[in-house]
Amino acid sequence: MRRDPVTTWLMRIYLVLFFGYLFLPLMVMGAATFNTSRFPTVTPWLGTTFQWFVELYRDGAMWTALWTSLVIAAGVIAVSVPIGLAAALLLTSLHARARSFVYGVMVSPLLTPGVIIGISTLVFWQRFGVAGGVFLSVVAQSTYIIAYVMLMVMARLQRFDRSLEEAALDLGASHLQAFRRVMLPYLRPSLLAAAVIAFLQSFENYNTTLFVRGVDTTLTIYIASKVRTGVTPAVNALGLILIVLTVLAAVLYEWRRRSERRRESIAARRREVSEAAEGGVGRALAAPAE
Amino acid sequence: MSQNVELDRVVMRFGAVTAVREVSLEVRGGEFFSFLGPSGCGKTTLLRLIGGFIDPTEGEIRIGGRDMRGIGPNRRPTAMIFQNLALFPLMPVWENIAFGLEVRGVPKSERRRRAEELLELIALPGYADKQVAELSGGQRQRVAIARALAVEPQVLLLDEPLSALDLKLRQHMRAELRALQKRTGVTFIYITHDQGEALAMSDRVGVMSQGVLQQVGRPEELYDTPLTPFVASFVGENNRFAGRVREAANGHATIETEAGIFRGRNVGRLSAGERALLFVRPERLQVANGGAVENRLTAPVSHRTFEGAFIYLVADVPGSRPVTVQLANTGAVPVSEPGGEITLGFAAEDAVILADQGEG
Amino acid sequence: MTALIRRFGLGLSALIIALPVFWIVMMIVLPELVMIDFAFRPNLLPAEIGGPKDVYTLGNFQTLVENTIHRAIFLKTIWASAFVTLVTLVVCYPIAYHLAQGTKPERTGFLILLLIIPFWINEILRTFAWFIILAYNGPLNALLSGLGLIDRPIRFLNGNFGVIIGMVYAYILFMVFPLYNSMESLDRNQIEAARDLGASAWRIHRRIVIPHAKPGIATGCIFTFMLAAGSYAVPALLGSPQSRWFTEIIYNWFFEGGNWNQGAAYAIVLLALCLGFILLMLRVFRVNLGDIAK
Repeated sequence: MRRDPVTTWLMRIYLVLFFGYLFLPLMVMGAATFNTSRFPTVTPWLGTTFQWFVELYRDGAMWTALWTSLVIAAGVIAVSVPIGLAAALLLTSLHARARSFVYGVMVSPLLTPGVIIGISTLVFWQRFGVAGGVFLSVVAQSTYIIAYVMLMVMARLQRFDRSLEEAALDLGASHLQAFRRVMLPYLRPSLLAAAVIAFLQSFENYNTTLFVRGVDTTLTIYIASKVRTGVTPAVNALGLILIVLTVLAAVLYEWRRRSERRRESIAARRREVSEAAEGGVGRALAAPAE
Repeated sequence: MSQNVELDRVVMRFGAVTAVREVSLEVRGGEFFSFLGPSGCGKTTLLRLIGGFIDPTEGEIRIGGRDMRGIGPNRRPTAMIFQNLALFPLMPVWENIAFGLEVRGVPKSERRRRAEELLELIALPGYADKQVAELSGGQRQRVAIARALAVEPQVLLLDEPLSALDLKLRQHMRAELRALQKRTGVTFIYITHDQGEALAMSDRVGVMSQGVLQQVGRPEELYDTPLTPFVASFVGENNRFAGRVREAANGHATIETEAGIFRGRNVGRLSAGERALLFVRPERLQVANGGAVENRLTAPVSHRTFEGAFIYLVADVPGSRPVTVQLANTGAVPVSEPGGEITLGFAAEDAVILADQGEG
Repeated sequence: MTALIRRFGLGLSALIIALPVFWIVMMIVLPELVMIDFAFRPNLLPAEIGGPKDVYTLGNFQTLVENTIHRAIFLKTIWASAFVTLVTLVVCYPIAYHLAQGTKPERTGFLILLLIIPFWINEILRTFAWFIILAYNGPLNALLSGLGLIDRPIRFLNGNFGVIIGMVYAYILFMVFPLYNSMESLDRNQIEAARDLGASAWRIHRRIVIPHAKPGIATGCIFTFMLAAGSYAVPALLGSPQSRWFTEIIYNWFFEGGNWNQGAAYAIVLLALCLGFILLMLRVFRVNLGDIAK
């Protein structure tokens, strides 16, 4: 696009500032891990050390919290992926008017503050004598994470060719076989992505979990309480590890996406070759086997 | 090996829309049968009814004498070739072909063997492990056919499967489909809006319009003896004259039109005084300069198109639609330039007289 | 219903209906209703529940009106959230526009990945990062005094400033992506054409880009406001007792005051606030709910 150089430069400066704003805080937090200072900071720099990783490793409460987070996240995936999938399938099978109403109800948890979801779950289950804990955390988080899963599955489902399903049935497959062999493989990428998002959302959730956790502590709540009650760079060490894992996951995702695209373009090129040879194959067919 | 398909007063309504109106018909076992009609005429609905994707609102569908109501597509002895082929994109070619066997619990080695046999049959040996995305249009077409044949259906349903191919390949596939049908002996029910396709391949053709089955017959019958004005103008080119019956006897009738008084076969079994339409094919018209022909008319030529083997003339007949004449280039065709008068003639046996049901 | 069964068979259809119904009824609708029921009842001893005192009342809502501190905090939460929303919108607009219209596709993919990475990182960690930066002895104060701009460190974490800057940082991506999505569908030729006709950059945005991006702007604002008003983490970490947020009061009713009914009433007020904001946005931008949450 044609632009005058002043605008271009202003935009460049803005981009640098913006991404600096986005990443500098994370870098500062990461860097503070290696400072000997008891309070996490980069100024003044009192000396470089790895001691905070050791301290983090020795922190039993951290490990317990991590385990709790993983258990809850696994529960959330187990609950929200099947329900989100079913919700997407249900929505695409509904008539237009019913669909927009049900859709509205289904996305409403995304427009509700997390604390409200936590509170309503807490007061509801209290009637059945269920108190806060891992179970309620799974239920409360799933309430809105299902909506994410549903939206992600829907996005892919909308491009699904219904005649594939019909073809499977037509060839004698039972409904279950058609679903397992045709629909599920098609949805697999979106289900995997949804499971990853569900994990991340659950793992980082704070506002909702705060109300339904009972006496259990997730990693996020553990970090928050540390920050409020006496923080050491061990928390930075934990943060740094999580950031590195995230970046690795992002790189892995991008790499997979690119190799996927490369595979597709190879298939397309082979197809062009076949198209070009079409006439030849046609002639071979004129003298059929048998 | 192959079964017949009977439709008994089948009606299909979607809400207020009636897609199929009281269609009754028998497709014989081992027959290549085509439904021909413009898009939206209900032919695809009919195919989906036979395949079991929908159940008729009224009437009965029997395959091999068995009522099919409530029997889903997975338990009918039919297999469908979808318009977009619907090949499973995530399975290699051989798994696509063997899918029907897989869901029937056939062991893997047997499935593989059968898939390779079918690949031989469709002249794509060695393609077993290719991905669907790598195949050309024609190859996909053949894989779709193999996949349907793998389940050894009694009836194969084909939903305009050639429409996505280019002209040359399409003509080739016509011959191939026809040969395949003869070889396998399976009943083929074929849907198309392309009359050339229907006439070239089929044993019999059913012409549909607005949900109504207009006429069923061999391609020659449809062409030579259309029973409704719709069939007369939809199948092939036709010239049309509107008028009133003057007299009718012995299977022939004379009608009075603004272009003249013509005699033709009284296919519509009309009696004197009724409104009638007379149809005559462009290639059955001849230049009649004094020869003994039953029907003749004189009109000025407005267009002339030379196409090598044929010469087309368009004549402006007063009180009628322009009349097209197709003349074989035998070397003896008189040169009639636009503007000049020409006298045309046709035999009564070459003209068909049908009831005029109003503009349709 | 019959279409569903025809498509998936009886067994699968039953599951496809039962699972979402469980979700909607047991996880969304009934909990909200029970919370509303809670909010309209007085806080009673267990023995008194079901007794003559257990009647519907507006008392819990009256508390909010009468308690000047709570009222002030509630109003502060509204304006501060609105302010956060506005700042986020202003900060994100140029980036979204640049991504959608100003770069080549390959570069857009890379920049979007850069945007997503911090989004994948825990909100608490992102907030904690600002906790470090804004600390009394932290790098920002060191930088400012190093440049000679201040004589002695500023207590950023003592008022609303830290909370607001932390929220803008935390919710930036909820604004960027809706904006980007809505701007991406705008045909570049429209902008080219407007420029050819001599329109200024300002006019192009006002007449072409912004009207086209309205659903995205509305969505971004709704999400940001909802997240800001409902945030607990950011004010808890970057605020002080002098800069309490409404959610903190709700929390206190539940876990320190032990008055769930009172807490539920406040939660409903918060929910109503967010609902009101959604309706306001839909009105202002003249879009409907179907365009939101994509």
